[in-house]
Amino acid sequence: MSWVVAVAQMLLVAVLAPFTIGVTKAVRARLEGRAGGRFGQPWRDLRKLLRKPPISPADAGMFFLAAPPVLMATSLIVAFTAPFVTTVGVGGSADLIVVVGVLLLGTVALALAGLDTGTAFGGMGSSREMAIAALVEPTLLLSVFALSTRVGTTSLGRIVEAGASDPARVFTPTSLLALAALGIAVLAETGRIPVDNPSTHLELTMVHEAMTLEYAGRDLAQVEWASAMRLTILLGLLGNLFVPWGVATELSPGWLAFGAVALVVKVLGLAALLAAGEVFLAKLRLFRMPELLAGSFALALLAVLASTILA
Amino acid sequence: MTSWDPIGTALATLLALSVTASAAALLPARIRPRLVGPLLAASGIAGALGGVAALSGRSWRLDLPELLPLAGVQLSADALSGWFLLLIGAVTTLAGIYTIGYAESTGQGPGSRTALLVLPMFTGSMLLVPVADSVPTFLVCWELMAVTSLLLVLTEHRHRAEVRPAAIWYAAMTQAGFVTVLIGLVWLADRCGTDFATIRATAPGWSAAAKAGVFLLCLTGFAAKAGAVPLHPWLPRAHAEAPSHVSALMSAAMVKLGVYGLLRVGFDLLGGGTRWWWLVVALFGAVSALYGIVQAVVARDLKRLLAFSTSENVGIILLAVGFAGLYARSDQPEIAALALAAALLHALNHAGFKTLLFFGAGSVVKATGTRDLDELGGLSRRMAATTAFVAIGALAAAALPPGNGFVSEWLLLQTLLHPGDSGTLLAIGAPVGVAVVALTAGVGVATYVKAVGTGFLARPRSAPAAGASESPVTMLAAMGLAALGCAVLAVAPAVVVPAISQVLAVLRWQPPPVATDAVAVQLTGHTARFGPAWIAVAVVGGVAAIGVLGRLVGRARRRQIAWDCGDGPLTARMEYTATSYAEPLQRIFDDTLAPERDVDVTHDEESAYYVEAITYRQRIPDRIENRLYRPVIGVLGRVGEAGRRLAPGVIHRYLAYMLTALVVVLIAGVIP
Repeated sequence: MSWVVAVAQMLLVAVLAPFTIGVTKAVRARLEGRAGGRFGQPWRDLRKLLRKPPISPADAGMFFLAAPPVLMATSLIVAFTAPFVTTVGVGGSADLIVVVGVLLLGTVALALAGLDTGTAFGGMGSSREMAIAALVEPTLLLSVFALSTRVGTTSLGRIVEAGASDPARVFTPTSLLALAALGIAVLAETGRIPVDNPSTHLELTMVHEAMTLEYAGRDLAQVEWASAMRLTILLGLLGNLFVPWGVATELSPGWLAFGAVALVVKVLGLAALLAAGEVFLAKLRLFRMPELLAGSFALALLAVLASTILA
Repeated sequence: MTSWDPIGTALATLLALSVTASAAALLPARIRPRLVGPLLAASGIAGALGGVAALSGRSWRLDLPELLPLAGVQLSADALSGWFLLLIGAVTTLAGIYTIGYAESTGQGPGSRTALLVLPMFTGSMLLVPVADSVPTFLVCWELMAVTSLLLVLTEHRHRAEVRPAAIWYAAMTQAGFVTVLIGLVWLADRCGTDFATIRATAPGWSAAAKAGVFLLCLTGFAAKAGAVPLHPWLPRAHAEAPSHVSALMSAAMVKLGVYGLLRVGFDLLGGGTRWWWLVVALFGAVSALYGIVQAVVARDLKRLLAFSTSENVGIILLAVGFAGLYARSDQPEIAALALAAALLHALNHAGFKTLLFFGAGSVVKATGTRDLDELGGLSRRMAATTAFVAIGALAAAALPPGNGFVSEWLLLQTLLHPGDSGTLLAIGAPVGVAVVALTAGVGVATYVKAVGTGFLARPRSAPAAGASESPVTMLAAMGLAALGCAVLAVAPAVVVPAISQVLAVLRWQPPPVATDAVAVQLTGHTARFGPAWIAVAVVGGVAAIGVLGRLVGRARRRQIAWDCGDGPLTARMEYTATSYAEPLQRIFDDTLAPERDVDVTHDEESAYYVEAITYRQRIPDRIENRLYRPVIGVLGRVGEAGRRLAPGVIHRYLAYMLTALVVVLIAGVIP
């Protein structure tokens, strides 16, 4: 039973992911006074790309070919095991350190693929991505760690469950510090403004897009889909960690349906909020980034200290 | 002897094989490596089997009072010895197999008579250190290990000028470390007895201040051997300049004996001491981890990068040992046991992946003649198997799932999550520890992406890299076995839990609170749980399924040149190099690294507005070395110069010295 639920949760995240991107694009277009595409546009783009043949650069090797499947697989594993719809059974069994590690594995696969193309752009994007990841991953780990000390476990399912059953735990100084740190880390990890601009292809600023420039057809579809899933996953985790209500704490059909609806609402709501925020922000200069990321790292450290000292 | 004695037999076999291997080095150059290598591997297997026997709970003791003058030789093996015997034996086995292909049959470099003669002595003395059971025996084995490794570092001194300064640094640091261990242990032996059993019995009654003194002296020496910052400057030099199988033995096995010494003296002989001892150890660990990885990420030299990563991993191990001590002294025996288990497991994991990575680096150096990452590239086509093995090692070293490095870091993070009610020190220390481990892991990932990505992928950046060819099959076999070892530890870390429990029992600690079944590691009493085997299966299976599905359903792949702006083919000069790759991180850590840059712009003769050429030179010096060691070396040099004036070659002056000395001795004899 819990396996079926986990598979369903994974499929839900996979189906929801392009819509999340669609919502951010549509909200942004509306606020900027453009017509923009519809919510389902990313799905149509994916369908188009999946029909086209993939093209490899002449100098690229195995790492270029392996990156899109690795990116997809790591996103699906997290969607399968982390508590999105339910905290019970396989679907809520993920350990937070493992989740951070598995997501990082995907980042690394794409960074190596960027280098494997042998182009200047690929190397540039890869280099910038790893510099950012080197600071973001610790922040991600540390801020979720701050939330885990109050529960005494690194199991994401138990952390979310504890929040859902005892709302007073969610509104503490530790949580607020962790929220700030985690928020910045999620923006950086998913390549959103002010860290990276997903709609730019300017060499001065591009990070994520530079690594994927040489991908085409099916490969590109996988990379885009997986990136959308990573955004959905991180927004879903952010939602469930700080607004845990609605997540199913038992495996009954009614609860699960409610959990699924709650997840969709949380993720799309956060995506709309993200897009609205982006309209008012400019991208930071690449070399101002360390200050932002070091700041979020410091916030996360404060959150962990607060959680052990105030506990 | 009435019953069969497996540990004694294994050690006797090991010594016999080592001696035979050394003797085989005297044969003609062509067959030398083919005999020494297998014999060395066999001696390693014997050592590892002895370790397994010791880990199964057997104890063994041998007293040879006639072997050394005055003190004799005392050997014994318990589970703690067994763990390190197993580790060193396994690395020795792999190094033996690797030597067959690596040591050329021309009789030069690693294939030379001296190098092959000393190599089995080095591994043999390393394997004797953990079974030494008295202060004199321990010191003799320790020094033998230091001297033989020094000779091996010098192997290629005729080929490269940098080898000699590296060997001098190594000799100076290792001897200075030996002196502190010597003073500490002789002080201990003087007050508490020479053999370890007597020390164990009498040390609890000795004054706490003196024990702290012994501990600090020994810690200094052991940390220097382990390459902990700031006692590390020998390590990036010696590891980089030694032949690669020696680098692997030093980095994977020898530095771990520093950790062994710390555990043996700190926990076993001195009985654990007080909290601040272990706070010092944890601080050593934290500084080593951070400084090591920041230096590694900007390193251009592949072996220097791996060497600094050794400092980083030793830092992680020391951090875990330090926290184990802190928890143990704070009445948290359960978490303390978990922390020490993490330290032991990480020592074994690091031995596995660092052996693999140094072997990979050795293959690259052999094929291309350079260690400079900026000159490499394009090896994934030319050396496909080596690239695959190095990628496996890098995955583990970067502590990414499903690598084996991830398992031990997971355990360590779990221990830091549960400071419990153990006071303010741990309430602040544990989160800081988490931050250190997390930041180290983050930068570590960037380090290994750089090493693999710029060293092995895309187009070659120099003619030697373009002409590289795959290594001989024995070298690949050694790498394959090391990769297999890493894979077993990654997928089924549960297999070593009973052994770790035995080691902790030697220290009179409770077993680690880890319940394992075939697929998952779970902390008893907590809900933390993860299944390394599941992750490995899910990642590998998922990638394969998605890849195959895409190929079956979608259209066939095409190969095209990458977009070159219509301006001819892309050249290797347009690729990112290792230096440019690390530039953003170097900028982030600019204050820590303080790189020296030198930019020369040559202008065109016709007009100053046109630039003809730009030369960019950059060197990232080791700041600790410059600030801490250079002044000391300068003072010592001046003292030496001044000392010369005492011996001007005038006979009258010498007679005056002798007379003065005689008078001083007589006066000293008269005064009671």
